[in-house]
Amino acid sequence: MALAPLGAAPTVMTSAVVPAIRAQGLCRHYPMGNSLICAVEDVALEVATGEFAALLGSSGSGKSTLLNLVAGLDRPTAGSISVFGHDLASLNSEALARHRRQTVGIVFQAFNLIGSMTVLENVELPLRFNEVERGERRQRALTALERVGLADRLEHRPSQLSGGEQQRVSLARAIVNRPALLLADEPTGNLDTATGESIMLLLRELNQSLAVTVLMVTHERPLADRFATRLLHMADGRLRPEVRA
Amino acid sequence: MKTRDAFDLATRNLRESLLRNALTTLGIAVGVASLVAMLSLGIGLQSMFNRRLLRAGLFDTVVVTAQRDFRPFRHGEPPATSPVRTLDDAARRQIAALPDVIEVTPDVRFPAEARFAQQSEFTTVAGVPPSAAPDEAFEGLQGRFFTSPSAGEAILLADFARRLSPSNPAALIGQELILTYAERQSGDSNAASSADDSADDDLDSALGFSFGDEIGEDSAPGINIVRRERRLRITGIAAREPFGGFRGGPRSGLLVPLSVAESLNAIDTTDLRSLSSSDPLAGRSYSSLRVRAARATAVEALEERLRQLRFGTFSLMDATRNLQRVFRILDLFLLIFGSLALAVAALGIVNTLVMAILERRREIGIMKAIGASDRDVKRLFFAEAAAMGVAGGLLGVVLGWLIGRAINFGTTLYLQSQQLPAEDIWLVPWWLVLGAVVFAILVTLVSGLYPATRAAQLDPVEALRFQ
Repeated sequence: MALAPLGAAPTVMTSAVVPAIRAQGLCRHYPMGNSLICAVEDVALEVATGEFAALLGSSGSGKSTLLNLVAGLDRPTAGSISVFGHDLASLNSEALARHRRQTVGIVFQAFNLIGSMTVLENVELPLRFNEVERGERRQRALTALERVGLADRLEHRPSQLSGGEQQRVSLARAIVNRPALLLADEPTGNLDTATGESIMLLLRELNQSLAVTVLMVTHERPLADRFATRLLHMADGRLRPEVRA
Repeated sequence: MKTRDAFDLATRNLRESLLRNALTTLGIAVGVASLVAMLSLGIGLQSMFNRRLLRAGLFDTVVVTAQRDFRPFRHGEPPATSPVRTLDDAARRQIAALPDVIEVTPDVRFPAEARFAQQSEFTTVAGVPPSAAPDEAFEGLQGRFFTSPSAGEAILLADFARRLSPSNPAALIGQELILTYAERQSGDSNAASSADDSADDDLDSALGFSFGDEIGEDSAPGINIVRRERRLRITGIAAREPFGGFRGGPRSGLLVPLSVAESLNAIDTTDLRSLSSSDPLAGRSYSSLRVRAARATAVEALEERLRQLRFGTFSLMDATRNLQRVFRILDLFLLIFGSLALAVAALGIVNTLVMAILERRREIGIMKAIGASDRDVKRLFFAEAAAMGVAGGLLGVVLGWLIGRAINFGTTLYLQSQQLPAEDIWLVPWWLVLGAVVFAILVTLVSGLYPATRAAQLDPVEALRFQ
């Protein structure tokens, strides 16, 4: 697949000494009735800039919760989590939204496209929140869609696309604000093997050509083995000792 | 997110649930329409009354009387010790020279007998200044107003016309009647003619009385009374006397131009009063003068100045002030009733937006995940509320205007069927149009406050789990 250039480099300053993700003593507890659910328990983690890390684990192991904490969608109960040196726990909700808008891009298992919007409008949406001018917005959305091979489906609604195409749109939306960190939560979970593989190829391509750090949650070990440069295992909210891929 | 983008997204969201949002907008429109209709009715009624009162000369008129002003006494203060001045020609000139005075007309009113064909009736004749022509008393005038300020013409009051010609009063118009009255001749002159009367109109002086010199012990001065007749052409029949009964004295049955009434020099009650005064030859005096001010706002100051000049005064400014207060209260009530419909519409907005939050919960989660801040989400829902407010406000004003047109049309039809002149009882000033739209937007924004805050506070992780 011919890949178009994404444009300028990510806006977040990265440095070799500052890791993309650093967590220490990270906990996320939920009260449930009278008991406390420990979704993430005392996690210490460091992901270097440019890495393609896969977070493996069974359902309920806490990997999605960890991803949400890195994304700034959730706040830790205890411990610290910093992304490119910014301590997310200390950010207010406005700064956390800016973090989600400018530093990270997220891809979901269920694609999470807005059904009432066209492909182009879906990809333009993060640019609207980032207050990008209309003309530039369209250009950047087109570039991102070209990059994922969907430049000819601009006016289609998500329901008119296949699962793989929807995930590509989701990927285009995730990279349109030129993030330095790409978070993918089971990106191939709803796709067949061949389509899943094409998505993984795209992720790897973005990781390599744009030096975007990737943290992918998956429970498909073979895919993780093939594409990730680092495997992280989670069970019962805790990270298991690492094994280099 | 920029405001323009928020409105852009809001309008596309509103289009997605077109029926529901259209119904909510229609609810706002009905609320605004009821508000506009109610207030316009209040404003229209007030304007109608003001118009009528202005035309009746109630707002800008001060009646100057030759009587003492008793008001301070009524307020517990001692009555003025200085005597009230006589309303003679000198006083009339002095009042006319005061600032803000545009007209001073005396109340000339005298008893006379009117004869038409074989019918003769006693009545009171009143002089009418040319400035009274637009008075609402002449609105439904049969025939026409006087051709000139000094024309030998008369307008009959409807009741009197019926007395003169019970079978067909309207036929009197264009006919001549003969007015018999008592002319006042001052001093010891016994001359039969009056300087002002022309020989043609002056029929005779069949009988003369002389007071004063005969009664007085030492050739005291006095006045002569001479019976005179005058032909007058009837130009019209009016339903009411002008100035809305603002002046005292007996009701008149026949109106003549003021200058004609003055030139007749007819004897009236003031003359009889002056007979008993110390100086019966002091000259002509009036029972009251009607002073018109340039503006209604100048009336109070004018009254004060007249009182300082020791004239008795009376105006209806206090009464009209009370009327303004009544209208303010009426407007307030109409505003409250009109606002009730808008309040119901506001609840509709809250309901619609809360429903939208429930339905679009996941969408809100997605937007937050891809970078929307709490403020962005709040702004988006506010924009949706405001868009419904603007659309509902504009539609409501148009609807309210149409309701008003229908009310005016209906009342005009009804008044015409009752042979009454058409009257606009409904008025939409531009500030009401603007105010209604702004008010509608404000109400929708306040209504959107709770749903928008609720949407903004949604936990994105929870929202994304929602199917």
